[in-house]
Amino acid sequence: MQNGPPPGSQAPPRPAVSQPYNQGAVNLSGPPQPYPQQYGAPPPMQQVTNQMTGMQISTGPPTAAGPGYAPPHSSQPPTSAAYSIAPHPAYTQGPPPASMAPSQPPPPRDPAPPQPYYGGPPPPQHPASSASAAPLPPPPSSHQSFPPTSYPGPQAPLPAGPQAPLPPGPQAQPPYAQGPPPPGSQPHYAPAPPHAHGSYPAARGPPPPSQPGPYPPAGPPPTSAPPGHYQGTMPPQPPAGQPATYHSGPPPPRAQMPPSSMAQTNHLPPGPQGPPGPLGPPGPLQQPPPQPGMQGGYPPQQNGAFGQVRGPQPGYPGPYPGQQNYGPQAPAPAAQAQKRLDPDAIPSPIQVIEDDRVKTTEPFTTGVRGQAPPLVTSNFHVKDQGNASPRFVRCTAYNMPCTADMAKQSQVPLAAVIKPLATLPPDETPPYLVDHGEAGPIRCNRCKAYMCPYMQFIEGGRRFQCGFCSCVSDVPPHYFQHLDHTGKRVDCYDRPELSLGSYEFLATVDYCKNNKLPQPPAFIFLIDVSYNAVKSGMVNIVCQELKTLLDHLPRENPEMDSVVRVGFVTYNKVLHFYNVKASLAQPQMLVVSDVADMFVPLLDGFLVNVKESRMVIDSLLDQIPEMFADTRETETVFGPVIQAGLEALKAADCAGKLFVFHTSLPIAEAPGKLKNREDKKLIGTDKEKSLFQPQVGFYSTLAKDCVAQGCCVDLFLFPNQYVDVATLGVVPVSTGGSVYKYTYFQAQSDRERFLNDLRRNVEKPMGFDAVLRVRTSTGIRATDFFGSFFMSNTTDVELAGLDCDKTVTVEFRHDDKLSEETGALMQCAVLYTSCSGQRRLRVHNMAVNCCSQLADLYRNCETDTIINFFSKYAFRSVLTSPTKTVREGLVNQCAAILACYRKNCASPSSAGQLILPECMKLLPVYLNCVLKSDVLLPAADVSLDDRAYLRQLLSGMDVSESHVFFYPRLLPLMKLEGDSLPLAVRDSEERLSKGGAYLLETGLHLFLWVGANAQQELLLNIFGTPSFGQIDPNLTSLPVLDNPFSKRLREIVDAFRAQRSRYMKLIVVKQEDKAELIFRHFLVEDKNASGGASYVDFLCHMHKEIRQLLS
Amino acid sequence: MTTYQEFIQQNEDRDGVRFSWNLWPSSRLEATRLVVPVSCLFTPLKERPDLPPVQYEPVMCGRANCKAVLNPLCQVDFRAKIWACNFCFQRNPFPPSYAGISDVNQPAELMPQFSTIEYVVQRGPVAPLIFLYVVDTCLEEEDLQALRESLQMSLSLLPPNALVGLITFGRMVQVHELSCEGIAKSYVFRGTKELSSKQIQEMLGLMKPAVSGQQGRPAAPQDPSATCRFLQPVHRVDMNLTDLLGELQRDPWPVPQGKRPLRSTGVALSVAVGLLEGAFPNTGARVMLFTGGPPTQGPGMVVGDELKTPIRSWHDIQKDNARHLKKSSKYYDTLANRTAVNGHSIDIYACALDQTGLLEMKCLSNLTGGHIVMGDSFNTSLFKQTFQRVFSKDYSGEFRMAFGGTMEVKTSRELKVCGAIGPCVSLGAKGPSVSENEMGVGGTSQWKVCSLNPSTTLAMFFEVVSQHNAPVPQGGRGAIQFVTQYQHSSTQRRIRVTTVARNWADAQSQIQHIESSFDQEASAVIMARLGVFRAESEEGPDVLRWLDRQLIRLFMFHLRRSPFLQVFNNSPDESSYYRHHFVRQDLTQSLIMVQPMLYSYSFHGPPEPVLLDSSSILPDRILLMDTFFQLVIYHGETIAQWRKAGYQEMAEYENFKQLLQAPLDDAQEILQTRFPMPRYVDTEHGGSQARFLLSKVNPSQTHNNSNGWTQEPGAPILTDDVSLQVFMDHLKKLAVSSST
Repeated sequence: MQNGPPPGSQAPPRPAVSQPYNQGAVNLSGPPQPYPQQYGAPPPMQQVTNQMTGMQISTGPPTAAGPGYAPPHSSQPPTSAAYSIAPHPAYTQGPPPASMAPSQPPPPRDPAPPQPYYGGPPPPQHPASSASAAPLPPPPSSHQSFPPTSYPGPQAPLPAGPQAPLPPGPQAQPPYAQGPPPPGSQPHYAPAPPHAHGSYPAARGPPPPSQPGPYPPAGPPPTSAPPGHYQGTMPPQPPAGQPATYHSGPPPPRAQMPPSSMAQTNHLPPGPQGPPGPLGPPGPLQQPPPQPGMQGGYPPQQNGAFGQVRGPQPGYPGPYPGQQNYGPQAPAPAAQAQKRLDPDAIPSPIQVIEDDRVKTTEPFTTGVRGQAPPLVTSNFHVKDQGNASPRFVRCTAYNMPCTADMAKQSQVPLAAVIKPLATLPPDETPPYLVDHGEAGPIRCNRCKAYMCPYMQFIEGGRRFQCGFCSCVSDVPPHYFQHLDHTGKRVDCYDRPELSLGSYEFLATVDYCKNNKLPQPPAFIFLIDVSYNAVKSGMVNIVCQELKTLLDHLPRENPEMDSVVRVGFVTYNKVLHFYNVKASLAQPQMLVVSDVADMFVPLLDGFLVNVKESRMVIDSLLDQIPEMFADTRETETVFGPVIQAGLEALKAADCAGKLFVFHTSLPIAEAPGKLKNREDKKLIGTDKEKSLFQPQVGFYSTLAKDCVAQGCCVDLFLFPNQYVDVATLGVVPVSTGGSVYKYTYFQAQSDRERFLNDLRRNVEKPMGFDAVLRVRTSTGIRATDFFGSFFMSNTTDVELAGLDCDKTVTVEFRHDDKLSEETGALMQCAVLYTSCSGQRRLRVHNMAVNCCSQLADLYRNCETDTIINFFSKYAFRSVLTSPTKTVREGLVNQCAAILACYRKNCASPSSAGQLILPECMKLLPVYLNCVLKSDVLLPAADVSLDDRAYLRQLLSGMDVSESHVFFYPRLLPLMKLEGDSLPLAVRDSEERLSKGGAYLLETGLHLFLWVGANAQQELLLNIFGTPSFGQIDPNLTSLPVLDNPFSKRLREIVDAFRAQRSRYMKLIVVKQEDKAELIFRHFLVEDKNASGGASYVDFLCHMHKEIRQLLS
Repeated sequence: MTTYQEFIQQNEDRDGVRFSWNLWPSSRLEATRLVVPVSCLFTPLKERPDLPPVQYEPVMCGRANCKAVLNPLCQVDFRAKIWACNFCFQRNPFPPSYAGISDVNQPAELMPQFSTIEYVVQRGPVAPLIFLYVVDTCLEEEDLQALRESLQMSLSLLPPNALVGLITFGRMVQVHELSCEGIAKSYVFRGTKELSSKQIQEMLGLMKPAVSGQQGRPAAPQDPSATCRFLQPVHRVDMNLTDLLGELQRDPWPVPQGKRPLRSTGVALSVAVGLLEGAFPNTGARVMLFTGGPPTQGPGMVVGDELKTPIRSWHDIQKDNARHLKKSSKYYDTLANRTAVNGHSIDIYACALDQTGLLEMKCLSNLTGGHIVMGDSFNTSLFKQTFQRVFSKDYSGEFRMAFGGTMEVKTSRELKVCGAIGPCVSLGAKGPSVSENEMGVGGTSQWKVCSLNPSTTLAMFFEVVSQHNAPVPQGGRGAIQFVTQYQHSSTQRRIRVTTVARNWADAQSQIQHIESSFDQEASAVIMARLGVFRAESEEGPDVLRWLDRQLIRLFMFHLRRSPFLQVFNNSPDESSYYRHHFVRQDLTQSLIMVQPMLYSYSFHGPPEPVLLDSSSILPDRILLMDTFFQLVIYHGETIAQWRKAGYQEMAEYENFKQLLQAPLDDAQEILQTRFPMPRYVDTEHGGSQARFLLSKVNPSQTHNNSNGWTQEPGAPILTDDVSLQVFMDHLKKLAVSSST
C-alpha cells in the first residue's frame, strides 16, 4: 500500500527488488547480487520489503504493513493478527509511519489493528485518520464494536448505497465496518492467531520471531533459502525501505478494506489485510469515496484502488500525504524492523479465500449485470435471474473496457471459462427444457442468436430486436405475446428463455446430422490385454468392475434403464471384438489382425443393450482375464484401436464414447506406431516444444474423423515407462475426452483410485456430438478457444463428447467499441445429443458491464479466472515456443497489467511501493504457481509424459480445479472440530508444525503429512498407533477408527474427493521421509528444487518488473 | 485270337488306359497323317480290387534322367542280378534286398499281370487329411439351414483323424478357431483387401515373430499348436464344430434394397489357401467352398452389388462387356496355381438360381482336381447327396479320394509326350521325353494332380518322333510308363506304376492293321477333350471350325451340339461346369456326355436303347435319358394321360404300374453311382421340363419340316438346328469336295 512512506526510497527499491529476485535473477539495480546488494542497500531492501508490504496492503496484506512494522516489535501483529502474530509490532512500526502521515495507520493498529481503521472509518475516524494517528484509535474501537453487532447495521447501509456507486462517505465506512464484520472475520482471525501461535508454535514460532525479532529472527525462520537472502538483506532494508514500500499500499488498503470490510478484521488499518474484500468491493469502494473526503478517503481509494483513484487522488495532491499516512502505518513498522519481506505481510490466498467465504452468505443472484460472483472456493447458492450461473460461466472481467485501446493498455485478458454442462448442486434447478415446436428455437434472423432475455420486443410484441446484432426479426405467430407497459412480454416469467440465463431448447431434425434424429449413443470399452496389462492386474480389475458399472450407465430418468448401448474390444497387437448378442449362449470373439486397415468385423451383436445381453456380457467379462492370463504378447497397437471404435460407431450410425485402457507405447507395426523419443537433453532448449507435439500426424487426422462421427475418446493409461502421452492424448483431447494416467499401476494400491475415476467417468452426465458456438454483441468477438475439442473453422467448437466437467475457455477481443449503456453480451449455445439420444441446445447467456475507466475494469476482475486463462494460454504456447519464452511472456503480461493499474488507477506514490488492485492482489502468488508448474518448469524427476499429461489436463479444467491445482489446499488437522473445516494454511513449509498433521489437496493428489513430533493422541486418532515410526507410509486409505476425529477426517477426505472430477489417492507422507520431496513440491509458496521462486522472491521480482515498466 | 475290342477292354480293366490307336505308326509323318494323334485316356487310380499294394519301394533305373521303375517289360539277368531299363537301356544291378531273385522267384513287378502295380512308401511323415470348409453366409435362411445340416452331417463322414477347419464369409471373412473352450474365437478379414500369403499367416498368428539372428529361416509356420487352432482333428472338435455350425448366422450386414449381398468369396479363398499354404504345404488338403452367389466385392469379384447390373452372359463376354471377368479370372487363376503348388485342392459347391461366377472360379477346381457341383439350392437332394457322395468309400472302406498326386510319364525313345488334359497342372519337368509340340498342358513330363479319385481320367498326347527313313524295326514295341505318386486317403504315401507297350506298325504296309486298332470311343473322347481345351482358351466359332476341319471324318454331330462346345442357351457358369466335368471323367461317362443315352420303356418289349432322335419320342413310351448331368424320365403323351387317370393304382393295371416303375429303378441305379449327382427330372409330354429332352435329341423333325398332319411318329422340335441327316449330307459333300 502506501505504506512506503519514505519518498526517497525509490532508488533503494530497485535494489531491493533485485535482491528479492535472486531467483528471478532479473537484474535489477546494480546490486544485482542479492546478498551484497541487500546488505549494501539496506534501505532498498526495506523498500523492497515495504513494497512487499505495500503489496500486501493493497491486498489483505495490510498485515503486510504490519509485518513491516513487525520488525520493530513483532510488528506484523496488526493485520497479522490474522496472518501472523506480528501485528502488534506493526503498530509499533506504525509509528514510523508517522512520516507518512501514518496518522491513521498507527492509530488503527494500536486500537484494534486495522479494523479499527475501517471500522473507525466512520466519518469521524477518517478524519482522524487523515489527521493523524490519534483519531485512529477511536475508530478501531468503534470498529470492533461494529464488528460484533455491526454487521447487520453496517452492511445494511452498504447494500443500499453500496453497490450504487459511491455512496456517501458514511456508507463507505460502514462497509469497512462491515469489513470488520469483524464479527465474522475477527473471529476467524482471532482464531487464526491463536492457532498460529499455539498450533504453529514450532513452525510459526519462527515466523513471528522473525518478524518481530525483525531481522534476525525473521530472516531465518521464514523460508530457508529465501530467508537467507532476505535476512541478509533484510537488516539493511528495514529502515528506509519499509516506509517506501508501504506507499504503494495505501490505496489498496482501502480497497481491501472494503472488501475485507465484510470479511475482515485483518484489514486492520492497512486495509491491506482487508484484502479479502475485493469482492466486497462494491460496498467498500463506495465507502472509500466518502472517506476520501477526508484523508480517510484516500485510504479507501487504496482499497478501491478504483474508487480512490478517482475521487481522492485527483483532488488530493495533498491526499498523497494522506495516503502516505496510511502508508505510514505500514512504513512505520517497516522502518522499524523490516528488512526482508515478511511472508505474512504479503497477500495471503488463505486470507482472501476466507474473507470471501465469510462474506458470502447471501445467494448470488445473476440479475445484476457486471456483478462478479463469489470466489470458487466459497460455498454459495445461485439464483438465475437472467445471466448464466458462475457455475456455467466465469469471466476474467465483469466490467470490460469499452475500447480495444483500453483493453490493450490494461493487458487484462478478456475471457470466459464456460462449463456448459456443469452439474449444479441439488438445491439449484437444472436448466429448463424449452420446446418451440416444429420450427425449432426462435432465433435472430441475422446473427442466429437464440431467443434470450436480451431480445427486445417491439411493435407490440410482433417483432423483436436482437441484443447482439440489433437486427429486427419477426416474432412467429405461435410465439406472439402482448407486451406489458414496460415493454416486457406478459409471459416473460413463464418462459425460461426470456427470464433466465441458462436453459435448453429441444432441437428439431434440422439440427441433426444428415437431417436424421440421432440414435442413442454407445459406449465401447477397449481393453489392452498385453502382458503388462494383465500382469498389473488392470485387466482383471476393469473386467470385474465393468460388471457393476454397466448398471450405472448415464440416463436422464433415473427410473428408466439407460438406452446407451455397449460394446467390448480387447487388444494387444491385434484386436478382439466380441459378439455379445443376447441370443448367444456364449460370447464370440472376433479377431482382427489386419491392423493396417482397421474395420469392424461384426454389426449385429457388437453394440448391445446391457439388460438384454447381461448374461453374455457377464460371461465375457469373466472370461477375458482367464483367456489372456498367460499371454506373452508385449506389443500393442493404439491407432487401430481408436479406429476400430470409430468404425463401430460409424457402422451403428451413432455417437458415443470409447474407453481405452492402455498400457504401453504402441510399437507394433500399425498405423500410428510410435517410437520412444523421450529425450531429457531437449528440456530447456528451443526444441523442447517438439516434445509436447505429437510425433506423428496420424492421430490428428484420426481425431478429426472421430469428431465428425461424434466419437469421444477417454484414455486410461497404465504406463510403466514412457508412452508418449503427448501423442496418445491427441485424440482424447481433440474429441472432448479425458486422459487418465496411472503410472506404475498396481492393483492393490491404485485400484480404488482407478475405479472411482472410471465409475465417475462412466456415470457422469454428458452430451455427444456437440457443437458449441459463442455469439457476442457487436464490439467484441470470440477469437480464441481453449479446451478439449476440435475446430474446423474459426467459430464452431466441435466436441465429440462434452461431459459435466469439461470447460471451454473463450477469449474475446474487440473489433469495435462497446457501450457502457448496453454492456457486452455473450451467448454460448451448445448443440448436443443427450445420453438418451435427444438432440438439444443448451444456451448460456452472460452480460457484463463495459467501462471507460480502467479503474472499473480493475475493480471487477476475477483473479482465479485470469489465472485459469493464463495457464491455459501458457500451456498451449509451449507447443510453439520455448518454455522460457512462455514464462517470460506470462511475467511480462502480468507486470503490464499491474503496471497499468499502478499508473492509471492507483494514487501516485513512491515508485518503491508495490500497489496491487484489490481484485488482483493474489495475481503474483498464483502466477508464480503457474510458472513453477511442472509443465513450465519441470523438476528433474518429472517425466515428459507427466508434463504432457498435466498440460492436456489443464486445458479442460474449470476455475475451481485450476485454482486448487496451482495453489493446493493445506489443512491443519490438529484441531478438527465441528462441521466446519479448519482454516487452511499457506502452502509453505514454515507453516507446518512438526507436532501436527496436515492434509494437502491439489485436485489430483491428496497428501497426509505427519510431523515427526506429532502428538500421540493425534496419531492414535488418525492411524490407531501412538508411534510415528509405526505409521505405514504405504497406506492408501485411512484406517477406520471409532473416534470422532477419525470419522471427521475421513468425512473430509471423502468430501474432498467428491468435489473433484478425479479421485485423489491418499498418500501418507511422514516428515523427513523420502516421499516428503514430492509433498514439498506442492508447497508452492516456497522456493523449489527446480528453480521456482518463492512467493516472496517472486513478488519482489514482479515489483521490479512493474517498476521497470513504469519508468 | 482276341479281337481288338477285347484287347482294349482288357487293357482298360488292367491298366486304366485306352489308346486312340493300339498299333502305332512307326514314323512321325505317318502319325500326323492319322489326324487323331497317338494318345490315350489314362485313369491313374482305376479301382483294382484285385491289386494288393506291395509294401516296399520301387526299384528305379539308376540313370539320373530316366529313373524308370522296374517293370515286366525289362530284361532281367537273374544270374547277374542285373536288369536293363527298357526306356534308356541302362543296365542296373538289383538292390541287395533282391538278392534272392531268380527265375522262379520273381518280384511282383516283373510279372506280366502286374503291369500296373502299387507300392506303399513307408518313409516320410504321415499327415492327416485336411478338410477346410469355406462357407458363404449370404444365404437365404432356408438354404443356410440345409447347408448347416449337410455340414454337420459331413463331420460324421470324415475320417476320424482328419483335420477340419471352418471359414465363413459374407461381407467379412472369418476363420474360426476350433481349439478353444468357452468363447468361440474367430479371426476376421476384411472382404475387400487382397492379402499376401505371408500377411495372412501373420494375421492368423501362424508365424513366429522374426527372431533376430535366425535369418534365412523360412517364414514357415513353426508352431503346430498355433496351426491347430484352426485345423483340428474331427474327433476332438466335432461337438464344438457342430455347435458352431448350428449357431452359424446369416451375414448380419444389412443388404439395401436393390443390392446383392456383399460376398467376399475371393478373399475367403485366398485366406483358406494362405492358411493351408502356411500350415500344411504338400499334404493332402481339400478346401470346400460352399457358395450361394457370385463374389460381389474385393479381389475376385465377379459382379458389383447393384442388382440392376446383371451378371455377365456369353453375350456380354463376346461384346467385351464383362467388366470384372479378366481381372477376376486372373485372380482365381493365380490362386489356383498357388494351391496346386502346395498340393491342395479346391471344391466348389455352388447353389443358386443365378450364376455364381464359376466361369471365373473354374480354374480353382480344374487345376487342383477339386469338384465343382452346381445346383439351384443347398436345400435339394442334388446337393445333399452329391456332397455326401464326396465322402463315399470303396470296397475296402477307404475314401475314394487321393491327394497331392504327381504323375510322371516316361516314354521309350521313339515317343515323346506332348501334354495332358485333365485336372492337372504342369510341374515343368523338362526331360528327354518331352515334346516341343504341346497339346493340352505340355512342356513337361510331370503333372501335379492335387486330388484324384478312381475315375479321374487324363488325356495324354504323344508324338512319334522316329523319322520316316529310320523306321522302327518290325516287332518292336513302344513303351510308356506312368508313375503316379499320391497320398492315399489312409494317409499313406503310395506310388502306382503302370507300364504299357504297343507294337509299331508301318503305316504304308500295315495300314489295315492300324485302322483296325483304332479305338473310336477313345478317340472321340480324346478329340472332344482337345476341343474343350481349345474352347476354354479360344473363341467358340474358331474351335468349331477347327473341329470340323480335324474331324471331318469322325462322327462329331452330338459333340458339336453339346454344351461343351456350344454356349448357346447356357450361361458361362454352366459351360464351365460342363467342361469341368468333361475333362476329368472316364471314357464311359464322357461318352454319355457327348452323346446322351436314351432308353425306351413300353409295353412292346423290354427296355431298349433307342436313337437320340425326335422320332423316338412316342406317345406310348416312357423315355429315360441320361446326359450325365441330367437324368430325364419322359412320359409319352398317352402314358402321361394314363398316369394322370390313376391306372397305376388299380390292381388290374399292375403291369402299368410296373412299367412306370421300371425307368425309376434304372434311374435310381444311375443316381446311386454318378458323381456329381445328376439333375433328376420327371416330366411328361408337354411338361415344361421336357425341354431337357427336346434339346438333346436329333431334330429330325422340326417345326420347319413337319406339320401336325403328318403320320410320322415322333415329336417335332422347335429348333433351327440342322438335323443329323442334314449334317451328314453336308459332311458327305464336304468330304468329297475336300478330297479333290
